[in-house]
Amino acid sequence: MTEETIYSIRNLDVEYDTRVGGVRAVDDLTLDIRKGEILGLVGESGCGKSTLGKGMMRTISTPGHIVGGELWFEGVDLMTLSEKQMADVRGNRIGMVFQDPMTSLNPLMRIVDHLTEAIRAHYPDVSEQAARERAVEMVKELGIRPERIDEYPHQFSGGMRQRIMIALVLALNGSLIIADEPTTALDVIVEAQFLDLLRKLREEFQLTILLITHNIGVVAEVADRVAVMYAGKIVEVGSVDSVFLETRHPYSRGLLRSVPNIDVDHQELYKMEGAPPNLVAPPTGCRFHPRCPYAVGLCSTGEPDLLATDNPEHRASCWIYSDRDDRPKDRLA
Amino acid sequence: MTDQDPLVQLEHVEKFFPVPRGFIAGLRSPGERPAVRAVDDVSLEIKRGEVLGLAGESGSGKSTVGRLVLRLLDPTGGKVLFDGVDLATLKPEAMRKERSRMQVVFQDPLASLNPRMTIGRAVAHPAQIHMPELNAKQRKEEVFEIFSAVGLDPPSYYYDKYPHQISGGQRQRVVIARGLITRPDLIVADEPIAMADVSVQALLLDLMMRLKDEFNLTYLFITHDLATTKYLCDRLAIMYLGRIVEIGTLREIFQNPQHPYTRALLAAVPVPDPRRRRTGSLPRGEIPNPINPPSGCHFHPRCPIAQAGVCDTERPQLLPVNRVDDHAVSCHLRTGAHQNLDPERLDA
Repeated sequence: MTEETIYSIRNLDVEYDTRVGGVRAVDDLTLDIRKGEILGLVGESGCGKSTLGKGMMRTISTPGHIVGGELWFEGVDLMTLSEKQMADVRGNRIGMVFQDPMTSLNPLMRIVDHLTEAIRAHYPDVSEQAARERAVEMVKELGIRPERIDEYPHQFSGGMRQRIMIALVLALNGSLIIADEPTTALDVIVEAQFLDLLRKLREEFQLTILLITHNIGVVAEVADRVAVMYAGKIVEVGSVDSVFLETRHPYSRGLLRSVPNIDVDHQELYKMEGAPPNLVAPPTGCRFHPRCPYAVGLCSTGEPDLLATDNPEHRASCWIYSDRDDRPKDRLA
Repeated sequence: MTDQDPLVQLEHVEKFFPVPRGFIAGLRSPGERPAVRAVDDVSLEIKRGEVLGLAGESGSGKSTVGRLVLRLLDPTGGKVLFDGVDLATLKPEAMRKERSRMQVVFQDPLASLNPRMTIGRAVAHPAQIHMPELNAKQRKEEVFEIFSAVGLDPPSYYYDKYPHQISGGQRQRVVIARGLITRPDLIVADEPIAMADVSVQALLLDLMMRLKDEFNLTYLFITHDLATTKYLCDRLAIMYLGRIVEIGTLREIFQNPQHPYTRALLAAVPVPDPRRRRTGSLPRGEIPNPINPPSGCHFHPRCPIAQAGVCDTERPQLLPVNRVDDHAVSCHLRTGAHQNLDPERLDA
């Protein structure tokens, strides 16, 4: 992993129009993804993590739309591209993997046709034969027997279909994969196999992977860095060790402590009060303040930025890390 | 019947589902009737007051076992005894009586609740059927009491709400409340927290533990998530392709797992601690097609220590692990006549 940024989200706003008004699912969100890293994006349902993934690809469909912000990828602000140029980036440079691969694969097309079609759509000069050879090469790399390439999607298991989705990205020399809950429908052993594969591909192809998931264990298993999302905002970001072992934001602390850990005996699970806010009318100030055990007056009036903690690589959007006099005094241990 | 007797006993229970075939295939081979052996000779006991976890991957047959226990399905073979009585022998009226003593909580609370019925009425409904001696006012009081017990507080606020007006976690509380109102002995919980968010899961697990003591419940807890069994269960059974491969106390299964599949499952569970990343290897491939499962031990094609000539030909029996009570494993190399073939014998 390098310090070089491959994708930089700047002040992204995404809104969904509803009968009761606009819901800002992603609110003024800024996040850098570094080249070659696996960045885990975690949060509970409705926090906006999937919307963020789709926003990065500019594939948000009505009633949702990007209201503002910049999306810098490989030196270009994707927001400035035409729809046609964007379509090229999508298949070619950034690939997306979803929870249910059957929704992304055509049930009437053989696997080889998916792959060769994708290759030839982006590289029209490549012959049918060469595209097929490339497809075979890719599926082998992903642990699928090459003779299965002539089968249809329904003949594959869930884990194998996810591998095919990744093969599609690799066949096009994609450099970034946005994987939205890729292991959620998989059984635990297949999930572990898939995570091993992600690690291997990252090494071999210098892939960058944004892993969007609700599964805290999966993130701890493979991510290099972690970003925690709450109510449309990143509340904490840092290296996986730092976020798990020296958790800085009160929300992340509650979240991580409420996960059952198979390695711990007689674990006391943390019970978080309340529920995430309704984003039609989010709380003023810090969006977590109504549920936060540390909140003071300032938290309900001012919205904290992602502030550097004692570790500059580890940031948290909590007033505790500001130098204001009226900040919450209760330092998190 | 004493308290020592198990509440539920499964004796060599089998459940086969016929596989639908095309018309032509039926003409070609009329004699053949392919079937999925969803539950294949399963015997187990659920003791009074315990939480038995039933874990396995999709297609292992764990949910089918749950339905057989509730007699939502009739077994193809074997017996299901509830409180010593074979449910299959009961007449409909007697079965209905027994049914009020066993309740179920499924994964998706929205699918379990009628969207056009207020949650108060939904919870009162079983009482109407099973407790006809209560009048409307008493029934409502009963609902209020159960609402408070499951944390739907204040009950009057929730009573007239519809399922869509409350959160997913609260809906699952409603489903649990509906199960509790007949004061059952047994709750079969089939992935009860799988759809909930992490922070809500913790609350539901805590609630289930509390209710168990408060209402003297026995649970069959069906799950794919081994980490949560550790929090809730007293004993644990691991299923693979319709068979129990290992069963024992939680402590035995976690600290002294014998079956290679159990070990693989435990190793594959992601741990929410980056210092504890998995390093060991995983079994090859995925669960085979249950219509045509492997011969002998179903796990042998994926097993790192399978021995040709034994594991691929003979079906292993669930036998007690040496000198340890309440721990049995179905593996030729760990129990039974072929133990000497175990390549890991020295470190066992």
